[in-house]
Amino acid sequence: MTIGLAHYLVVSAMLFALGLAGVIVRRNLLVIYMSLELMLNAANLTLVAFSRFTNNLDGQVFVFFVITVAAAEVSVGLALIVAVYRKRQTVHVEDLRTLKL
Amino acid sequence: MILSDILFYIFAFLTLIFGFLVIANPFSRSPVTSAMFLVLTIISLAGLFTLLHAFFLAAVQVLVYAGAVMVLFLFVIMLLDLKAEDRRRFKILAVIGGLTSAGAILLIFLRGLLNEPLGATNSPTLEGGTVALGKLLFTQYLLPFEIVSILLLVAMVGVVLLSKKDLK
Repeated sequence: MTIGLAHYLVVSAMLFALGLAGVIVRRNLLVIYMSLELMLNAANLTLVAFSRFTNNLDGQVFVFFVITVAAAEVSVGLALIVAVYRKRQTVHVEDLRTLKL
Repeated sequence: MILSDILFYIFAFLTLIFGFLVIANPFSRSPVTSAMFLVLTIISLAGLFTLLHAFFLAAVQVLVYAGAVMVLFLFVIMLLDLKAEDRRRFKILAVIGGLTSAGAILLIFLRGLLNEPLGATNSPTLEGGTVALGKLLFTQYLLPFEIVSILLLVAMVGVVLLSKKDLK
């Protein structure tokens, strides 16, 4: 059986589920953030696979934009984590229980 | 079974194994280990992109994600002093809840995959080279391209503001 679209989609679904499990199970803000990146990459894989198997390049342009926005998002998110750490001396989600900094 | 099929299985296996080690490494709970395995996951994904003939995106994936983003992650990990953090136990409720929800969403995905016709061609001819992608990016997608550059500027200004010592 040759490798088709469904194979890539299964891999992508499993990677997304792994990322979701990581977001819920892990308690460290940085690792939660890395799990978010995993989910984003799973979505990228879906887009590239569909782009290839429907002969349409638009999906790849979209992935290009997703990667750019993800880079911006990571920089802002990490700056927020550093700001939180400066105030509270922790990045453990169970220690961050108040909304006020 | 041809070479690209074997390579697909190898890269898919590596991606999932490394992705699992990002979220649950049995030997180390340190964020640095997670970050390193995330780099390996991203490189395996770039291999999958190459198998899908998305050569430009594979290169961008390695450069931007494995290069820039992960360096940023490692800088922040080194900036924060996390020695006391990794001795804590997992909450059993969180583990059960996480595995249940992840399994549920995986089930939904796979059921949807089984029931829907995908509309895929069996003989794909698309090549995601730099020339084709660049042409599309600078003609049809010129406005989003420019807006993304503004977004990067906004992110830069925001990060500088957030990193100030006295955050008001």
